[in-house]
Amino acid sequence: MQADPRPQDGATPVLSLRGIVKTFPGVRALGGVRLDLFPGQVTALIGENGAGKSTIVKVLTGIHQPDEGEILMDGQPVHFPTAQAAGHAGVTAIHQETVLFDDMTVAENIFIGHAPRTRWGLIDRRAMRERARAILHGIGADLNPATRLRDLGIASKHLVAIARALSIDARVVIMDEPTAALSHKEIAELYGLVEKLKAQGKAILFISHKFDEIFRIADRWTVFRDGQFVGEGAMADVTEGQLVQMMVGRSVDQIYPKRPARIGEPVLTVAGYCHPTEFSDITFTLRRGEILGFYGLIGAGRSEVMQALFGITRPSKGACRIDDGIRVIRSTAQAVEAGIVYVPEDRGRQGAVKGLPIFQNVTLPSLSRTGRHGFLRLAEEFKLAREYTRRLDLRAASLDQDVGLLSGGNQQKVVIAKWLATKPRIIILDEPTKGIDIGSKAAVHDFMSELAAEGLAVIMVSSEIPEVLGMSDRVIVMREGRIAAEFEGEAMTPENLVRAAAGIGQPQGKAA
Amino acid sequence: MSTALRHSERQIPDRLTRPAARALKSWESLLAIVAIGIFVLNAWASPYFLDPWNLSDASFNFTEKAMIAFAMAMLIIAGEIDLSVGAIIALASTVMGVAMTAGAPTPVLVLLGLGTGLACGAFNGMLVARFGLPSIVVTIGTMSLFRGISYIILGDGAFTGYPDSFAWFGQGYVFWVITVELVIFTLAALVFGVLLHRTSFGRTVYAIGNNSVAARFSGIRVDRVRFILFLLTGLMSGIAAICLTSRLGSTRPSIASGFELEVVTIVVLGGVSILGGSGSIVGVVLAALVMGLVTFGLGLLNVPGIVMSVVVGALLIAVIAVPRLWAMARAKSRKR
Repeated sequence: MQADPRPQDGATPVLSLRGIVKTFPGVRALGGVRLDLFPGQVTALIGENGAGKSTIVKVLTGIHQPDEGEILMDGQPVHFPTAQAAGHAGVTAIHQETVLFDDMTVAENIFIGHAPRTRWGLIDRRAMRERARAILHGIGADLNPATRLRDLGIASKHLVAIARALSIDARVVIMDEPTAALSHKEIAELYGLVEKLKAQGKAILFISHKFDEIFRIADRWTVFRDGQFVGEGAMADVTEGQLVQMMVGRSVDQIYPKRPARIGEPVLTVAGYCHPTEFSDITFTLRRGEILGFYGLIGAGRSEVMQALFGITRPSKGACRIDDGIRVIRSTAQAVEAGIVYVPEDRGRQGAVKGLPIFQNVTLPSLSRTGRHGFLRLAEEFKLAREYTRRLDLRAASLDQDVGLLSGGNQQKVVIAKWLATKPRIIILDEPTKGIDIGSKAAVHDFMSELAAEGLAVIMVSSEIPEVLGMSDRVIVMREGRIAAEFEGEAMTPENLVRAAAGIGQPQGKAA
Repeated sequence: MSTALRHSERQIPDRLTRPAARALKSWESLLAIVAIGIFVLNAWASPYFLDPWNLSDASFNFTEKAMIAFAMAMLIIAGEIDLSVGAIIALASTVMGVAMTAGAPTPVLVLLGLGTGLACGAFNGMLVARFGLPSIVVTIGTMSLFRGISYIILGDGAFTGYPDSFAWFGQGYVFWVITVELVIFTLAALVFGVLLHRTSFGRTVYAIGNNSVAARFSGIRVDRVRFILFLLTGLMSGIAAICLTSRLGSTRPSIASGFELEVVTIVVLGGVSILGGSGSIVGVVLAALVMGLVTFGLGLLNVPGIVMSVVVGALLIAVIAVPRLWAMARAKSRKR
């Protein structure tokens, strides 16, 4: 970081937004915000979910048109009526969930929409491959441009997305949570890439929920809250506490509100669960009032085990005992009946049913209780939905609103509300705070403690070490589909977790 | 509860718009206006239109198709489709014909018609729900399969000579001009309306149509619901087979050919999204009336059948395109 990252007086921003207003049915997503991006500088945009970060990205990339306000490039007002227009003006974005085409090659994905042409107007495949190779090399990704995207891992796909964003001669690069799916090593490479882009004089808008990342890489900050501009300045002049204060408009005194738990009798015993490809020999016990953390690298098989417990997939071998007796869970309906519920990691696809209103999402697994003899009773449904959405502090225009219009954090709250309304005994949370802002994160943590204190048994799958250590009573580490180690009390240290997950050193087996 | 993190308790309102206000702006209201418009136009164009007996006769244009359309609507809302309904009618009618020639009495014929419909529905449902095959492919297959069996049994021939008591279903009147089919149509509309809009089962149908993965992750027995929907469509096809066979008084293997597309047309015209997830039974009822009125009106004006199908096709495209164009025009004017 430079000594004084504030742009020199007189330096004009490449891109400025002034008084941007954007309204959606029932929601005022942006209420007159400003934003400045300077050449060769990384500006971090910080805010809770629902603060308007995603909306501003869509305004900048021509996907949404602002209702009011202006966009200035080099001081001149511009319009981005389409995504192409934004691209031509030199604004490019790397999204949280980039849309790539699985059946096309790396090079085709990078150049889709602006492929180099031969003089006959056909796609110049050779030039495309060469340029793709050059761009990939420039970001330190040694991928073969001719590989089909389907055959790449998620991290490599991400690099393709970045390469695609860089394939147009961009002046402004927007990175919307670019590290969400990356490993440690890849994140380090990404930082290097950002430094390179800075050196080339590109203005970078960096959106992230991770403070260590922001302090590591950003030069300037801008904070939004509830669609309003709160403040901006240089990173050097601000502390983490101040930023959090501005984001949430209240103080977050304690990040991990884990209370000492009164751990009771075992509720769930899993013995020798196996799956032909995903996991094998999974054995563990879960007790009342306990938060059991599952740590591991991405792809270690944690979600697969949880989905087997929830009846999505069937184990090929093994048994599970819930309180009273051994049960075979063949469907999610049976899991819910047995009192096991699952909050999935993939919120968009597996979580909320977009298209249905909030209250119908909440009551979906509880219809036999809110209804009578198979008939719906709307009054009962609203009652239940009111009760649980209030408990989770949901923010929405009305309970009749489509869940799809809510921000990610609020969709997550709807999914949790849906399950709590079934009065479960075991709740499995798969990466419950992934991609949600620090305020909602704290609320989810707080809530987990509360549930455990009420006697629920909680399983938390998480890839964030501070979260796992801060929230769990006990941690199971998985590696390559097997339980690598289990830690309790003093043995729960970041080093032990990382070693067990990566398969380094001795701490195999019980270390408690 | 750490109060520092909680916001002031605020109450989210249940609804912002009243259901009545929403209904007024709906597709169904537009359809109702169109239906009334065509009715008035018909009455003005032809002096024979307003005759109660003519109207009663005209109801046969849609009653049999609409019965199936109710079940099909639920299937399409759930994101599936059944293109074999016409073929199910042919097979059910053939089975009844075989039994009739063997001397079976009317109650047995009815049970066989219903049973064949259910069996065909169960076969489709099993292939889709149990083996996870795409319904459009499965039912294109069974469309040929079921009708093929009819052709094998009947060849060029036909079954005729159904008992007089059997004629009641397609030719009988319950009261004055109210036909038996009209009564079945009305009852089916009520039953399916309640099933889709007032029961937990109906709610799960919408959930599956909007996102079947999330529905499964919400503890819904998605496959069971899909199976039941195919069963219902088979059953309604069986009922339609009884009515149609009874009305025609004969069975040929080509009976009810092309029904599937007309049924789907009614469903889509009724505002059911072909992608699943939304639609209503009221819309399907109105769409059936619109289709019936258009066909009848054109018939009174001596418009040949081929022109009629052109009109129906144009109508379908128009009703689907108009709202889309309207929305585009509005978005454009707002931009300016």
